[in-house]
Amino acid sequence: MQVTITINGESVSRDVEPRQLLVHFIRETPGLTGTHWGCDTSNCGACVVLMDGKPVKACTTLAAMCEGHEIRTVESLEVDGRLDPVQEGFHEKHALHCGFCTPGMLMTSRALLDENPNPTEDEIRTAISGGICRCTGYKNIVAAIRWAAEQEAATRQGA
Amino acid sequence: MATVENLPSARAERPIGFGRLKRKEDARFIRGKGTYLDDISLPGMMHGAMLRSPFAHARIVSIDTSRALAHPNVAAVVTAKDLETLGLAWMPTISYDTQAVLAGDKVRFQGQEVAFVIATDEYSARDALPLIDVEYEPLPAVVNARKALDADAPLIRDDKDGQTSNLASPTWEAGDEEATDSAFAEADTVVSRDIIYPRCHPAPLETCGMIADFNPETGQLDIYNGNQAPHAHRTVYAHVAGLAEHKIRIMCNDIGGGFGNKVPVYPGYVCAIAGSIVAGVPVKWVEDRTENLVSTGFARDYVMQAEMCSKDGKITGLRVDVIADHGAFDSTAQPTKFPAGFFHICCGSYDLQASHVKVKAVYTNKAPGGVAYRCSFRITEAVYLVERMVDALALEMGADPIDLRMRSFIGPEQFPYETTTGWTYDSGNYAETMKVAMGIAGYEDLRREQVEKRARGELMGIGVSFFTEGVGAGPRKHMDILGLSMNDGADLRVHPSGKAVVSLSAQTQGQGHETTFAQIVAEELGIPPEDVQVRHGDTDKSPYGLGTYGSRSTPVSGAAVAVVSRKVRDKARQIAATMLETRPEDLAWEKGRWYVKGDPEKEALIEDIAVRAYSGETLPEGMEGGLDAQVIYDPPNLTYPYGAYIAVVDVDPETAEVKVRRFIAVDDCGVRINPMIVDGQIHGGLAEGIGIALMEVITFDEEGNCLNSSFMDYLIPTALECPDFELGETVTPCPHHPLGAKGVGESPNVGSPPAIVNAVIDALHESHGVSHIDMPCTPARVWAAMQGRPEPPQ
Repeated sequence: MQVTITINGESVSRDVEPRQLLVHFIRETPGLTGTHWGCDTSNCGACVVLMDGKPVKACTTLAAMCEGHEIRTVESLEVDGRLDPVQEGFHEKHALHCGFCTPGMLMTSRALLDENPNPTEDEIRTAISGGICRCTGYKNIVAAIRWAAEQEAATRQGA
Repeated sequence: MATVENLPSARAERPIGFGRLKRKEDARFIRGKGTYLDDISLPGMMHGAMLRSPFAHARIVSIDTSRALAHPNVAAVVTAKDLETLGLAWMPTISYDTQAVLAGDKVRFQGQEVAFVIATDEYSARDALPLIDVEYEPLPAVVNARKALDADAPLIRDDKDGQTSNLASPTWEAGDEEATDSAFAEADTVVSRDIIYPRCHPAPLETCGMIADFNPETGQLDIYNGNQAPHAHRTVYAHVAGLAEHKIRIMCNDIGGGFGNKVPVYPGYVCAIAGSIVAGVPVKWVEDRTENLVSTGFARDYVMQAEMCSKDGKITGLRVDVIADHGAFDSTAQPTKFPAGFFHICCGSYDLQASHVKVKAVYTNKAPGGVAYRCSFRITEAVYLVERMVDALALEMGADPIDLRMRSFIGPEQFPYETTTGWTYDSGNYAETMKVAMGIAGYEDLRREQVEKRARGELMGIGVSFFTEGVGAGPRKHMDILGLSMNDGADLRVHPSGKAVVSLSAQTQGQGHETTFAQIVAEELGIPPEDVQVRHGDTDKSPYGLGTYGSRSTPVSGAAVAVVSRKVRDKARQIAATMLETRPEDLAWEKGRWYVKGDPEKEALIEDIAVRAYSGETLPEGMEGGLDAQVIYDPPNLTYPYGAYIAVVDVDPETAEVKVRRFIAVDDCGVRINPMIVDGQIHGGLAEGIGIALMEVITFDEEGNCLNSSFMDYLIPTALECPDFELGETVTPCPHHPLGAKGVGESPNVGSPPAIVNAVIDALHESHGVSHIDMPCTPARVWAAMQGRPEPPQ
């Protein structure tokens, strides 16, 4: 079946099997391998992308379900050589080790801050609890998201 | 991308060396530009999928691949019969056992590899799996280590000549049995416990996989694979497949976590290689999560019976008898000169009078492995055992668990200290570290809070553990794996522009090697870390060595990099002397330059020395050009990091749910090269320790069905189960490591489970009489213990 999905602002059209998973569609068709696959069961969150601004797990979303929707992946965060504050925050606060969960964590963080620009620690922990990081113990991920929230608040004030 | 803050430097304009340098490798990861195995695609590449056994124990009557081969997208189906013709049906394990690559005679655990399909795409390869018709004749299975030794237990390894029971090893012993008997005879308090460290799994977020690309014209085999020891793997493939080692190239790019799971060679790898040889195209195989959990290297699974005694308020003796469950094939990872791994470091941090340890291994109808899960060869089990026993003893004596530890510690003046099982601890000041942890925790206040809460019927527990680890395997006089010494190489090349490339045999899986090892060169040579490229993971471009596991990167490879840097520095001194027209002994070193003693303005900067080394100008008599060096580092001893951990837990009286409210970790890992990375390693290991203590377990039903085969039932802590870890540090340099570093990666995983379990018991002892519980402390298991009927995990 023919499926057309807007991925990072580009319209991508392809003939796929109805069963094809969104994570495979993204990784194969535009070759955006930043979106990872880790568990098959919606538990680990390595595959989180934004669908119309909301985080979804691409390993349990069919490509066909995304017809006409807008998908954002980790590759969209940096714009014109400028990192997104969540990307900077993860680097500043050492919120990644092996990097495998990072794209999903970054997209989850972006969606959180878009909806709640000033989250508490509890709100951050709840927001990222759909994902597993095996390396960091989450402490620095929480700090990174707080860091990004404060950066964005400072930018808003300055604007 | 690398930024530097607060770095000490002799010269302000040259910020170099140790400190909280932000990681170089982040640049690609935060952009989604890492290169993990599944991100790689080669022209003409086909995809493999593995058919696995649904039975834990069954005879294979027949395998019919004809329907699968009729699938239009299937190129080949490989079975044991095909592998036999290539001599690849069985492979050696890292414990000198054998393991079936594909099952031919019978299957011995659920999930065992039976047939390998090669197809044009992954979906088709998996579609073909149910088209393979395998007729099985089910056999009784045994999944309990003790029952495996029963006379009527089914014989699992009937493939092995002379094997008449499920014993996988002789009984290994350490310590002094007679002296231990005396210590117990003289003791005033004795406690005993049956302690199980249940089977768990490293479960890195990226599963295991490989791309094998065999070129029949040249005989060259290129392997893309995320493994923790690429050089050792290459040697194994050369032996297994009968291929020429110099024509095998392994390329490990980015690895999505390892934790020990990516140490072994798995049947899927051998099948991908065989598939590429047979099909004549590159073959990619990537396991799914269930395959990872049910078939690849598990951890722990130790059934331990222990006794500990004290005299005059001090711990004096320890007696341990262990049955190690190694699964269907003995592929446990361990340096072979110590066949029980490092379990016999179980005398802990205490100045014991005597100890005696016995370990025997058994086969069961469970997946093979026994690899570390962030642990040096069974040290985790040893630390768990001793720290549980110390608490049991304190409970029996009515002593505060910290007081008993303080009274029994090896004193700082006793180092180097030879333990009663023959290990030589390098350095330590245990009481000092314990005090720092007590200070951060506010230990006295916590005890007061506990008394108040108990009066209100609330269940609060405070748990302590104090661990000493032996890491950085290891000295070639003591240990090897498959006959390969556990040494590591480093190759440093300073280019004419003064910028450098250092090549390592260690293999990062997220530990930040590209940053830390650049910092070591920076510290030693004064070349800024951003000007030092760290190269690893490609066997054609890095020196031989045994890789990264068991916290050995900094103790072994880190030392290698320091030593190779010093070799370059020594050569630079000779060249500087020629440049400055003086004698080498008249020069003094300061980061980045040699200068004339007494005349510090007269200097040769490292970058100027580099230019000279490659130039047409005169060099010292007899010296070759260039500014390079290579070393293989053989550590004189293991390093012995240690730490004091305190857990504060609340147990819900209604649901028995355990919440880790606070976790205090004070680690002494010697000198810290990048404290930010060290802290990060500790955070991650603590989360894993919480997982093991509270939720992570691999169990089986009586028929051998694995009950934890996905992340739906193999539970891993999320941000909600982890507290905001509170860290502290003491620094006792390692006396024999060139940088004084000891290694840290596995410490938090080793030290945290006993602290948490001790805290759970501390919460429940007074009100519910609980004096023992086995992990994981799930609500159901804690509830059962509260009702006075504790259940073993299996």
